[in-house]
Parts: sequence; structure tokens; C-alpha cells
Amino acid sequence: MNDLPAITLLTLLPVVAGMLLLVMRPDGVLARRIAVGTGFLLLLGTLGLWLGFPHGSAGLAFQERHDWAPALGIQYFVAVDGISLMLVLLTGLLIPMSLLTGKVPEDRPVLYYAFVLFLGGGLIGTFTALNFFHWFIFWELSLIPAFFLIKLWGGKGRDAAATQFFIYTMVGSIAMLLAFLALFLATGKFDFLSLAEMGQAGALEGALAGAVGWSGISGSGLAMLVFLGVFLGFAVKVPCMPFHTWLPSTYATAPTPVTMLLTGAMSKMGVYGLVRILLPIFPDQLRAVSPLLLGLALATIVFAAWSAFAQTELKRMFAYSSVNHLGYCLLGVFLVVRLDPGIGDNAVSQAALMNGVVLQMFNHGLTAATLFCLLGMLEQRAGGHESMGDFGGLRTAVPVYAGFVGIATFASLGLPGLNGFVGEFLIFRGAFGLSPWVAVLATPGLLITAIFLLTFFQRVFLGRLDERWQGMADLSTAERWLIAPALLLMLVLGVAPQLVLTTINPAVQHLIAAVTH
Amino acid sequence: MAPLHQYLLLSALLFGIGLAGVLTRRNGLITLMGIELMLNAANLNFIAFWRHSPNPEAIEGVLLTMFAIGVAAAEVAVGLALVIAIYRRYRSVNLDEVDQLKG
Amino acid sequence: MIEKLASLLVLVPVLPLLAAAAIAVTKRPHRQRASTLAIGAMGLSCLIAVSAFLAIAGAPEERLVRNFDWLHIGNTTIQLGWMLDPLSAAMAAMVSFVGLLIFIFSKGYMAHDENYTRFFGFLALFGAAMLGLVIANSLLLLFICWELVGLASYLLIGFWFHKPEAAAAAKKAFITTRVGDMGLLLGMVWLHAATGTLTFYTEGGEGCLQAGALDSLGAAGLTARLIAPATLIALLLFCGAAGKSGQVPLHVWLPDAMEGPTPVSALIHAATMVAAGVFLMARVFPLLEVGAAMHGESHSVVTPALTVITWVGAFTALFAAFIAVAQNDIKRILAYSTVSQLGYMFLGLGAGGVAVGMFHLLTHAFFKALLFLGAGSVIHGCHEEQDIRYMGGVRRWMPVTFATYAVGMMALSGVPLFFSGFWSKDEILHAAHGWPVSHIPFLMGSLGAVLTAFYMTRQVCYVFFGPQRSREGADHGKAAHPHESPRVMTMPLVILATFAVGLGIFGTPAWPWAQSFLEGEHAHLAFGHLFSGEVLAVMGTSLVCVAFGIGAGWWFYGRQPISSAARPDALEERFTPVFVALKNRLYVDELYEATVIRFNALAARFFDVVDRWILGGAVAVIGYLVVGFAWIGRFLEDHGVNAGFDLGCRGIRRGAGAGAALQDGRVHNYLRALGIGFATLLLLMTWGCH
Repeated sequence: MNDLPAITLLTLLPVVAGMLLLVMRPDGVLARRIAVGTGFLLLLGTLGLWLGFPHGSAGLAFQERHDWAPALGIQYFVAVDGISLMLVLLTGLLIPMSLLTGKVPEDRPVLYYAFVLFLGGGLIGTFTALNFFHWFIFWELSLIPAFFLIKLWGGKGRDAAATQFFIYTMVGSIAMLLAFLALFLATGKFDFLSLAEMGQAGALEGALAGAVGWSGISGSGLAMLVFLGVFLGFAVKVPCMPFHTWLPSTYATAPTPVTMLLTGAMSKMGVYGLVRILLPIFPDQLRAVSPLLLGLALATIVFAAWSAFAQTELKRMFAYSSVNHLGYCLLGVFLVVRLDPGIGDNAVSQAALMNGVVLQMFNHGLTAATLFCLLGMLEQRAGGHESMGDFGGLRTAVPVYAGFVGIATFASLGLPGLNGFVGEFLIFRGAFGLSPWVAVLATPGLLITAIFLLTFFQRVFLGRLDERWQGMADLSTAERWLIAPALLLMLVLGVAPQLVLTTINPAVQHLIAAVTH
Repeated sequence: MAPLHQYLLLSALLFGIGLAGVLTRRNGLITLMGIELMLNAANLNFIAFWRHSPNPEAIEGVLLTMFAIGVAAAEVAVGLALVIAIYRRYRSVNLDEVDQLKG
Repeated sequence: MIEKLASLLVLVPVLPLLAAAAIAVTKRPHRQRASTLAIGAMGLSCLIAVSAFLAIAGAPEERLVRNFDWLHIGNTTIQLGWMLDPLSAAMAAMVSFVGLLIFIFSKGYMAHDENYTRFFGFLALFGAAMLGLVIANSLLLLFICWELVGLASYLLIGFWFHKPEAAAAAKKAFITTRVGDMGLLLGMVWLHAATGTLTFYTEGGEGCLQAGALDSLGAAGLTARLIAPATLIALLLFCGAAGKSGQVPLHVWLPDAMEGPTPVSALIHAATMVAAGVFLMARVFPLLEVGAAMHGESHSVVTPALTVITWVGAFTALFAAFIAVAQNDIKRILAYSTVSQLGYMFLGLGAGGVAVGMFHLLTHAFFKALLFLGAGSVIHGCHEEQDIRYMGGVRRWMPVTFATYAVGMMALSGVPLFFSGFWSKDEILHAAHGWPVSHIPFLMGSLGAVLTAFYMTRQVCYVFFGPQRSREGADHGKAAHPHESPRVMTMPLVILATFAVGLGIFGTPAWPWAQSFLEGEHAHLAFGHLFSGEVLAVMGTSLVCVAFGIGAGWWFYGRQPISSAARPDALEERFTPVFVALKNRLYVDELYEATVIRFNALAARFFDVVDRWILGGAVAVIGYLVVGFAWIGRFLEDHGVNAGFDLGCRGIRRGAGAGAALQDGRVHNYLRALGIGFATLLLLMTWGCH
């Protein structure tokens, strides 16, 4: 539809800017300016993509398809539909926000900004690629800068956290790689769309049995094995219980801007993978193990909320909160393949569920990143104190900051009128229609979320002001301008979610029709 | 037309002389000459076999010989150049003194 | 005209919302601007709401809906909208009017507060959300506003956030109501799943409260399950209502909510927000009625859902009235009284239908707001003293407050004929009396009426009569005795008192205008109803109850003036254990502390431990195993595999040396080898030919 290779340019923009930084080696301030400028260009670019997107169509837009290594079924194939567009947009929002957060690092600033930009390129590449080969390259490409960002600029215990993060995600990635190689052996295809067609037609099992044919394992067993490999790769990234233990220490240790990207965008890679790859390619396998996976999703929701309640360290608490919120997305993905008749029209329930999942991804990215950004500001002012018990009554000293955190907190606990509610409502609506008990069992998650978030707010901001924090400075103008747009967006999406649902809904319907015919 | 075996005998003689020269003389130039004799013995064989073949109208034998002569000329050019380079380096064309490639 | 008003009705919540937004960006020193904005917006809303009310009063059978699309999901659309019908008009008029008076009162009450600007911002936000709630024509919009009033309540209870109790109370209020809201959310999604819509009414009859949807809800259950989905949905919705309206067992937050400024208690925790639960039940009443078994003679509708509501209401009415008897904080007494009265509303709604419950809601809003504002005036006059034992004799210094408070007290107690509370409560008792399922709720309600009269008399005796009993060591030099509040505070009191009296004439059995209006019918004047046997009997019972309650109260507390604050309570002397239990609110909070809260904390700790040590431990074990295997591997490599490998390598190296020696660099040696090879080949071929 458009001759300009928009997606390639968007992907390359941060990567090239990062390389330029490395070549030019400017001083820290200039590096920051270049990086932030690139970030804003990226934001403008993604907004342009959004404006140019044919809203209301279910198909792929901005397609670029070139043969790369035809003998191996490798093509350079990128495009966006409503689902990936939302995530590209989210990345475009979060990259500049993350670059603007905090001060210029004293240690190797150029490298730092270059890594953040590489990470951005990796994210956009992951969200737009439709051929396993370069999708996987981008998937890994985003992992490596993240590892170094944690390892070199992290806080206390960063070596262990970085290693844990890397190994965990690497194990998942390798499992996924093996699974896809098996698929390639069986089908000769790396293309997600063709694999999805085969998967939906139930042709994978036969192909696997014919080509891979391990003695003693049937085709369906092999398909299940492959499915589990792919699932593991995504489950670690999201994360889904019990593959989440890398997350709290990583989020708590990583520098604030990186945590923003980790929770805001990188965790979405996992959910996006589930929606874009696992669900269309393996609908039957997903259906077969869905009771088990639903159990995991419920555990993720409820247990993570409880764990969050037990934390005293703020970043760890919000890390668990992040797990909890993504649990709803997992619930949605695992439930949507259900075919048994539920309450009312299943098609409506499924549409609500998946719209909710995509909306929740976007909302959580926005809200969680904002919250971590705010926490970083607090940490900076408090000189490294980050235990809830260290604070108290801060609202007296820093009213604007308290108000901002309050809005973000209430968005996070799903207050109607702010963004979080719509996604959660739709997920619950869909879940209830398909399987009432699952929805009922997930509600404690909502309740406990409210409990720990309000406890956090009470202990940090309300009550008597601790003398130590008497002189704490309220948000500066720059900081206000950084946070205010995010808060405004939360409000806008809470009041008028149709703005983005127009984009999401057709793609989601297309997906549902494909996996539940 | 002389019978085939006369050609072959002549050719074998030429080859033997050439081989003896190559194996016995230390002088690089003479070694080259020997090699040249051996080549031409082969050429003579080609021509003889062609002439006595069932289809002498086809000119494969001549063609092959022409090629061999061309290649030999090139080879001699390279060989002479090498001998000159060796002479410049060692002030001698005695091949026994040139053993830098010893493993 | 009425069409236009229905369209304009959306401004009723939108104006305060705009005011709230404007105040949010107003700087702290612009106090006057903030209060003017809030009061002005509320005044305009009130004007529109009252006009709409008057318009529909002439045509109570009308229901005008205005719907608009909010979301497109799949192939369906979720609509939001508002409506003008008797219920929404009456509520909107009441909320905006009472709200306006309380806003005005706050101008005086909060005059010296540092955060005056923010206070009015929150009040305006509350007004917007509450008005949105009452005019909503969609359960979803209602839920959205429902949560927003919860937020406003959270912000206002914790308004003096530097007090730890206020902060804790705010959190408790939000979380306790959210427990109920989970039920409401599930009920809502179920309703949408089952009927495909959350809009209450549409012009085409596709709303979830209209015949088509209700039939499907009732019918599905008869074949598939024992209980109809309608009943379960209704009960889930009732969970939300019970949370918001402080019904047992979710009542614990409401008394604590009194930590907020008194106008907040009056507006949110007495008149409007806490009644939202009752309003919700009234709004979805068609759903509650699904599958009703009609009982011939009485007009009562009986369904499982309504039965549950009736029992919960009756129990709460009595339970909270008991606790109110033994409280010493002037606002806590009123708070428990509110819980108890909300119980009455549910009792009336469950046993007698929308009109009965809603009429009590409306009258209660006026007289309870009056009582709270009166209490606020007293607290203000007594220099922030809230313990009734340290008041006394206030009547002499605060005549206007006393007079209006007395009106409120009599209305709440149900003193006959001239007070609105009498008629509305009488209606409830009448409905309970005619309830075909059981007579016990009627008895509970009657006993509750006795207790209501009793605790109100006790409170009035303590506060307004007897000698002044200010706190020991109080600063006597500054202002020794209480003072009357300024006009800006007393004027609302007088207006509310007028309504507390006057509203009764719209709901007498002889001319039940309010009830008919709420049920969408025209009223007929029939004096005969007043003198039918049953009506008189119930009225007589209620009269006896009130007389007994006030008499007993006077006997214990008014007969001889309470001389000092240290003197134990008259009841405490006689029934010590019971009184202590009641004073400690029957240990419900302690029970929750020991069960639910502890369970939550333990679960949290448990999962944290599981996460850190078991799952984290498993990961660590795997990590160490990997390191261990790596070490073993290296060991084996060095001494096992590599040992042989090195040997092989050495051999190869030696062999390579021998091979390398063959290449001596002498061209003639190579040529010789070539020659020998050639000769050998020749000989082999020659011999090979034979």
C-alpha cells in the first residue's frame, strides 16, 4: 500500500542511531540529546504508522516481503496488524520516556544510550517480524542489551540478577529455537502465517510424525513437545508462574529506565508471542492443555498478588504487581480457545476476552512504566531508601508527587475512568462467558491488588511525615512534564477506549475466527 | 609413411634423454631443458597416434599438440623467470642449494 | 419540554465534573474560587435536576432514555446512557439538593482548613460521580460511577491524611466495599454474558431489565439449574450493594469512615453514597422479581433474592441499632444508626418493593444529613470535641442547632404524624408485617425501632441537656463554652429540617404520592386507607415502640442530669457485660482481624516464602547443579577424556614431524621420487597387462 519501507525504517532508526553514538563517542549530555531526539523521532514514526494504519481492517498493513534465503524458507517479512501496532506504539511511547527518566549515567553514558536504542530496535523488530528467522534475531537482540544494561548500570546485586535474567530467558529461547527447528524440519517453513495455516488445519502432527519421527513418540506427542518448547520461551518472558523467579530481583536491580522498558515493553514480548505465534500455530495443543495452563494463569494472578502484599521493598512489590497484571493476559490467551458452550454467545465472550488482553497489554505497559518511573524519582530523592517502612506521610512534603503516584496507583488497581479498568472488565467479561469458575477464581486477584496498592499508598504517603523527609523536593517542572502526558493518556484511554479498540478489534476477531473455527 | 613403432621408439628415446637430464644434472637450466624434451616426446606421440588413427581427417591430435606447445612455452617462460630469480637470490643455479621449502 | 430536559440531564453530573477538573488545576490559595466553582456547579445541577423532577412528576409513567455507543467488541456494542424516570429524577433531585446544602455548610465548616481548595475539588468529584450513578441507564456506567464515588469516599475519609486513623479508615472503606464490588463485577459480567447487554432500558425493548432479557434469564434456570441465573445475578449484585450500604457482614467500614470531615460524613456516609446500594437494588428490581411467586392477598413479591435481601436488611437493622446504643462518639452513634436505617431500607425493599425502600431512602437522606450537619455544628461549637460524655448542656448556647437536631432526632426515631421518618418507617414495618415468608423481620424491625428511639434520646440527653462537662485540663481561657455556628452553617440545617418534616406528607397511606411516583403511577387520594385495620395496627405498634424507646431513654439518661463525664453509663451499671460487648462493636472488627486479615497476611507471607525459598530455591539448586556438573565435567575432561586426547595429539605431532622431514626442499629429490614412482607405475602396468 505504501512504497516507503516504514517498518524497516522504524526498526533501523534506533539501531543506526545507537551505532552512530558508538562511532561518534560524544560526551554524556550530547549522547542523551541524540538518544532522546531519536526516541522522539521513533515516537513520531510510530504515531505516523498508527495514523496511516487502515483502522477497521483485519489484515496486515505496511507489508514488506523479500526473499532472503529461499532454500531455507527464510524471507524478510514484516507487517503490522491491529495487535502488533499497539505494541509498536507502546514501544514508541516508552523509549523516549525511558530515555528522559533519570540523569545521565556517570559511567559510560554513550554505551548506555546506545544499548537502550538497540533495545528499542529489537523490540520493534520483534513486534513486526512475521518470519521466525529474523523474528528470533530481534528477540535475542533485545535480550542482549537488556543484559548489559542490568549488568553494567544496575544496583546492588546486579551481577547475579543479570546472570539470572540472561540464563532464564536464554533457556526459554533455546527451547523455542529447538521447537521451531523441529517445525522447520517437518514443514520446511519458517513463515508464521503458513505455519499458522497448517496448525489450524491440524497438519502439524502428521508432518512432525513424518519428518522428525522419533521412535515411540506419536505425531500428536511430538506436536505437544514442540508446543511446550515454544510455550516455555514465552512463559519465561511474560512471566507465567512458576517461571517468574528471575523477575523480582531483575526489576528491583535494573536501573529505573531499564525496568520501565523491561516491564513496559519486554514483558509484552512474551504475551505478544503467545497471541501472535503460539495461539495461531498451536490452537489444538493449547486447547488440550488449557485446564493446566489456566491453573498456572490463576496461580500467577492470585499468588503474585499475595507475594506483592508481602514485599516491603517498593520495586519488588511493583514487580510482583506486574506479574499479577500480566496474569490476566495469560488467562485470556489460555481461555480463548475453549469450544464448550459457555454463558451466552461464545463469539462475544471471545472477542471481549482478546480485546481485553491486547488492551491490558498496552495499559499495563503504560501504567507499570509510569509507576516505575515515579518510584525511581522517589529512590533518587531518598538516597537509595526503598523500603516501605522508611517512608510515611510523604504527601505532606511532596503533594504533587503523591497525587501523580495516586493516579497511577488507581489506574493500576483498575479504577473505572482510568485505563486499567476497561481491559480488566473485558477480560472478566470474556472469561465469565467462557468459564464462569475461572472468572470467579480470578477475582481475589483484583481484591488483593487493591489491598497491597492501598497499603503501599497509606504507608508511604499518608500518616505523619517522618522528619527525615521534611525537606524532600517535590517534582521539578521537567519531571512533571515527563509524567503528565502518561497520566493524561491513562485518563483518555479510560474514558474513550474505543480510540484504540477500533484498531484492535478487527485483528482480534480475525484471530479468533482462525483459532476456533 | 613411416610405421607407428618408429615414431614411438623415437619418442621413447627423447623421453629417456629428457628424464636422464632432469634427474642427473644439478643445473636448473639443464633440468628445464630436460623437461622440455619430455614434453615434446609426448607431443610426438600425439601426432603419431593421430596420423595412424582411423579418422585422420579430424584434427584433434594437432589441436592438442598446439595447446601443449603453447602451455610449454608459458611454462618455460615461468621456469626461466624462476631460475633468474633464484640466481639473483643465491648467485647460483644449482638446485641442490635451493632448499628453503624444507619441512 | 420533558424531552429536552431528559437530554439536558447529562449536565447534572457533567457540571460538577467540570468544576472538579477546574479545581484540580486551581492553586491552593484561591480558596474562594474553588468553593464558588463547586457550589455554583452543584447549584446549576440542582436546578436542572429539580426541573426534570418536576417535569416527570406530572407524567410518572414516562421513561426517557438517552443511549450512546461506548465500545464495539466483536460484533456487539456496549452502550452507556442516562435516563429520566421517576427513580432517577427523585434521586438526582435529592442528591443535588442535599449536596448543595452540604457544600454550602462546608464553606463554613472547613473555613479554616489548610486544604480547603482540594476539599471542594473532591466534593465536586463526588457530586459528579454520585449524580452520574443515579441517572445511569447502564449497569456498566453505574458501576463506573459506583467505583468513582468509592474513590471520592476514599479521598474524603482520608482527607486529614496525616492522622493515621483517617488513613487507615480510608483504606478500610475502599477495600471493604471492594469485596462487595467483586460480587457486583461478577454479577455484571454474568448479566452481560447472559443477555448480551448492560443497558437497562432501550427504546426498542432490548434492555437487560426489559421483558425479553428477563424472560430468558428466568427460563434458562428452570431447566438447566436449580436456581435461576436471575437469582444468582441478583445476589451477586446485592453483594456490591451490601458492601456500599454497609450491610452485615460488610458494615465495618462505615463507622470508621467517620474519621473524615463531618460534611463528608453527612453527604457521603449518610445521605447519598451509602444509599447507592439500596438505589442499585431498586434500579434492578425487575431482575429481583424474576420468577416471583405471587401471593394472592398481599401485594408482596417473593423471590429467593428478595428473601435474602429482606433477611440481611432486617438483621442489619437490629444489629447496628444494638451497637449504636453503647457508642460514645457522636458521629459513631449516627454512623451505626445509618447502618441500621440502611438495613431498614433493604428490609422495605425486599418485603415491600421499590417504593417502600426508596421512600425511606429519600426521607432518611434529609434527616440523617440534618443530624450529621447538626453533629458537625456541635463539634465545631465544642472545639472539635466528639465524645458525647464531654459535651452536655449545649442547648443553651446553640439554640438553632438544638432545634434542628431535635427535629432530625424525632424524624429518625419515627415520632408520629409530623415527621417524615414516621411515615417511611411505618411503611416498611407495614410491608414487613405483610411479608408472607416470615414474621420475624417485622419483629426485628419493631425492636430496632425501639432501639432507634432509645439511642437517639440517649444521645440528645447527653449532648444537649445537663451541665457542661468539658474535658479536664482543657484550655478554659480560650473559649469556655460552646458557641453557635455561623449562618452559612445554620441555614442548611434549617432548610433540611423543613424537609425532614415536610417530606412526610408525600408518603402517607392516605395519599401515597411518593410511592406511586416511584412505581411510575399516578397517586390517588384515599383517606380510607389511613383507617384500615392493618394500617392502624402497624401504626399503633410503631407508636408504642417509639414511645417506649424515648421513654426508656429519658428514664435512663434524662431524668437526672448526667453530672460528670467520668460517671459510668446508666446502662453500663446495670448490664455491664452486654454493654461492654456492644461498646466494642460486638468484636466484629476483632473477628475479621483474627480471620480474614490474618489469613491474607499469612497467605502473603506463605507465597513470599514459597517464592523466595522454594521456587527461588529450586532455581538456585538447578543453578548449583549446573555449576557442579560443570566442575565434574572439567575434572573428567582434564584427567579422563583429555588424557587420551593429549596422547593422541602427541602421536600425531610426532608423525607430522616425520612427514615434514620428507619435504627437504630439494627439487631433485622430488623429481627422483617422481621418476621412481613413474617407473614403478610403468612396470606395474606392464606386468598388470598379463
